Amino acid sequence: MSAVIESHNHDDHHHGPAKGLTRWLYTTNHKDIGSLYLWFSFAMFLIGGAMAMVIRAELFQPGMQIVEPEFYNQMLTLHGLIMVFGAVMPAFVGLANWLVPMMVGAPDMALPRMNNLSFWILPFAFFILLSSLFMEGGAPNFGWTFYAPLSTTYAPPSVTFFIFAVHIMGASSIMGSINVIVTIMNMRAPGMTLMKMPLFVWSWLITAYLLIAVMPVLAGAVTMMLMDIHFGTSFFNAAGGGDPVLFQHIFWFFGHPEVYIMILPAFGIASHIIETFSRKQLFGYASMVWAMASIAILSFVVWAHHMFTVGLPLAAELFFMWATMLIAVPTGVKVFNWVTTMFKGSITYETPMLFAIAFVVLFTIGGFSGLMLAITPADFQYHDTYFVVAHFHYVLVPGSIFSIMAAVYYWIPKWTGNMYDERLGKLHFWLSFIGVNVTFFPQHWIGLAGMPRRIPDYALQFADWNMISSVGAFLFGASQILFLFIVVKTVMGGKKATPEVWEGSRGLEWTVESPAPYHTFTTPPKVS
Amino acid sequence: MFKKATTSLNKTLLTGLTTLFSSNMFAAWGDLNMTEGVTAISKEVFDLHMLIFWICVVIGLVVFGIMFYSMFAFTKKKNPSPASFHENTKLELAWTVVPFLILVFMAIPASNTLTKIYDDTEGDINIQVVGYQWKWQYKYLEDDIDFFSNLTTDWDEIYNKTPKGEFYLEEVDEAVVIPVGKKIRFLITANDVIHSWWMPDFAIKQDAIPGFINTAWTIVDEPGIYRGKCTELCGKNHGFMPVVVKVVPQDEYDAWVQEKKDAAFRMAELTEKDWSVAELTERGEGIYLKNCVACHQVNGQGITGIFPNLAGSDIVLNDKARNIEILMEGVQGAAMQSFANQLSEVDMASVITYTRQAWGNAESGDGEIVVPKDIVEYKKPKV
Repeated sequence: MSAVIESHNHDDHHHGPAKGLTRWLYTTNHKDIGSLYLWFSFAMFLIGGAMAMVIRAELFQPGMQIVEPEFYNQMLTLHGLIMVFGAVMPAFVGLANWLVPMMVGAPDMALPRMNNLSFWILPFAFFILLSSLFMEGGAPNFGWTFYAPLSTTYAPPSVTFFIFAVHIMGASSIMGSINVIVTIMNMRAPGMTLMKMPLFVWSWLITAYLLIAVMPVLAGAVTMMLMDIHFGTSFFNAAGGGDPVLFQHIFWFFGHPEVYIMILPAFGIASHIIETFSRKQLFGYASMVWAMASIAILSFVVWAHHMFTVGLPLAAELFFMWATMLIAVPTGVKVFNWVTTMFKGSITYETPMLFAIAFVVLFTIGGFSGLMLAITPADFQYHDTYFVVAHFHYVLVPGSIFSIMAAVYYWIPKWTGNMYDERLGKLHFWLSFIGVNVTFFPQHWIGLAGMPRRIPDYALQFADWNMISSVGAFLFGASQILFLFIVVKTVMGGKKATPEVWEGSRGLEWTVESPAPYHTFTTPPKVS
Repeated sequence: MFKKATTSLNKTLLTGLTTLFSSNMFAAWGDLNMTEGVTAISKEVFDLHMLIFWICVVIGLVVFGIMFYSMFAFTKKKNPSPASFHENTKLELAWTVVPFLILVFMAIPASNTLTKIYDDTEGDINIQVVGYQWKWQYKYLEDDIDFFSNLTTDWDEIYNKTPKGEFYLEEVDEAVVIPVGKKIRFLITANDVIHSWWMPDFAIKQDAIPGFINTAWTIVDEPGIYRGKCTELCGKNHGFMPVVVKVVPQDEYDAWVQEKKDAAFRMAELTEKDWSVAELTERGEGIYLKNCVACHQVNGQGITGIFPNLAGSDIVLNDKARNIEILMEGVQGAAMQSFANQLSEVDMASVITYTRQAWGNAESGDGEIVVPKDIVEYKKPKV
């Protein structure tokens, strides 16, 4: 029996990746699937970004210039949905695919065929979502939070396609998470106890549990919408005895853990990069793990801070305010740990480190505005203004997205065997850094001064800073073309990378050659 | 000579600064922060906001200070051999406990203010606020006054055909009028989708949700005109449904109430009048432009797939009874709302007549008109 298996394995070793398109269609290799996810998310990032450009172009000046209010709403809805479900989440899944097996010393993901399926249904989900732009009545126009009854009784017919697309995205995420959990729980190299796992692996383990917990809730919400629209139920229809606020409770019970799904892997990435370029062991590993776990648990009891103005009773408002404020404690611990890791280190500033430092600083600014938003009485003024837009873009763009870019620069030598162009990388960083701040910092002010979010046109006192914000957005958008160029250039060639790539790198992925062979750790390494 | 140079430098600086702050290029700094507002609560909320803001600034300065110090002091060049420490229980405990205490310090005033905001007893004047796509209805429960408040900014201004006025997108045909010094209680709900009634100067933002009545209250001591907006995405014209509140002295308020009641009486008289087609069509066009264009468009053609075409529609051409019914009852499961409470009998009749006459409909249909008495007839309870 064992002889048969060995000879089978032997065969495999001589087969490299298949050639042509079928390599990508049929692949069960975690590295291939990781690359597919990353390219897909980058394509979505550009499409969602183009929509953001339309939004900022319309807001460049007061008055309606470029698009109609109806189409503007479609743009802001698709921008949000595509960036959340198409860009950030798949990018993190792509990184998990590439890195988790190599970091725990496993030959591949535990469930390789499901891995293939969970990727290949995604393009269909987004094809369906984007095709709604060409349908009668237009694409979904109710915001990425799709509050009922605007998204049910009053929605364009394409909402049904939107619901189907969300179901597919959810199925993909759930399969991806199961794969990550099973891989981490069962396939770690001998000697790698849970508390020896690299932090990126920890962050993804926690993220995967969050996904499994909340994705079905989202599926439930959209299914109830489907029933209301097509089968005469009244879950969210007040006229039929239903409850529009129920929708918000369900949505944010998914939605709040969701925002941590989009930031926890970033915490893992930042920890690795800061450790490497400070040439000093990460400070407070155990507290990093506990902080992430606490954030994840707290994320289930803070959802109603998105709903302070729906008319909750005082007791609920107080509870959700206090619980939300509490999240600042574990988040603070993480920031202090990163800073202390740098303290007395021996730091160099390659592109990944620049992005990681910007991540820490700007994410912390997003954290501060988050703390302000937690204060319920003040939230009555902030809620649904550009202050909120500034807040969540600070945690998502220079938060999640900077961490993804940092990760790409950090690991791309391992993926391709080539060093990226450091000069261009730094240029990309500075353009993005300036662009992101010029775009989103003034939005704090226009929000405080009273500009609501999701409006296609605004009163005249907001004109100056909106124009500046738009200029920043165009700069940020354009600099991502440079990113594409740098990545393609690195894939095509460049200075050869050593196995360890960086002077201060730690972890199993740096023990294999660069580029990482198609199959790594077919025999597990020993971890001491 | 030196003195002269400094004076002129001062002058240049001063003019430079004045132009910077007063020019249209940059809004005044007051426009960059939350408004203090004009009520006791709004001032408390502002103070709370500034308190948390400054706490964040101080924490930020300390954390980023240490971080930037480390970035400059511990580069590979200056510190080639890194330290090896990687945990310190006391330090880690400290930076868990201290932030917690700071949070408690913030939570106390925040909870106090919130409790005050929730002290929601009956008001001296109770006003029901109803959100519609895309306007607000105000009903004074004690005085039986009832009106709609629509944006008055011209679409030509919005589409950049004419210069924008001072209160672009912040002006309405009829503001909510309240007296100074009285406790006003707003009972906020919605007719179609969720809206949100926001008046920054009173620190009130309360969602208007169909099927729910949310409450908010205020006491304003400063007369003036205050401007706010709808803050919950409510469809296409979400950006075009401002909130305007006019606070006036008590006697002025009493006069306004009397005037509203007289106007309602005059309107009832108009219903009895005999109307000509031209009169109805002319009046109807105004009503149409205010209430219907957002969806059905100026040319009556609507938007394919969502808002039906009225030009050449069979109902508008040939089915007067159904035509009236749709406007009175709305259409279940669609964006078309009931206008029975929004338009008077006269306005209802004239807007229907307008749609039956305009865009060539009179020529291709039965050309029947609707007069106010038809609407009165329709409203009569049926046995």
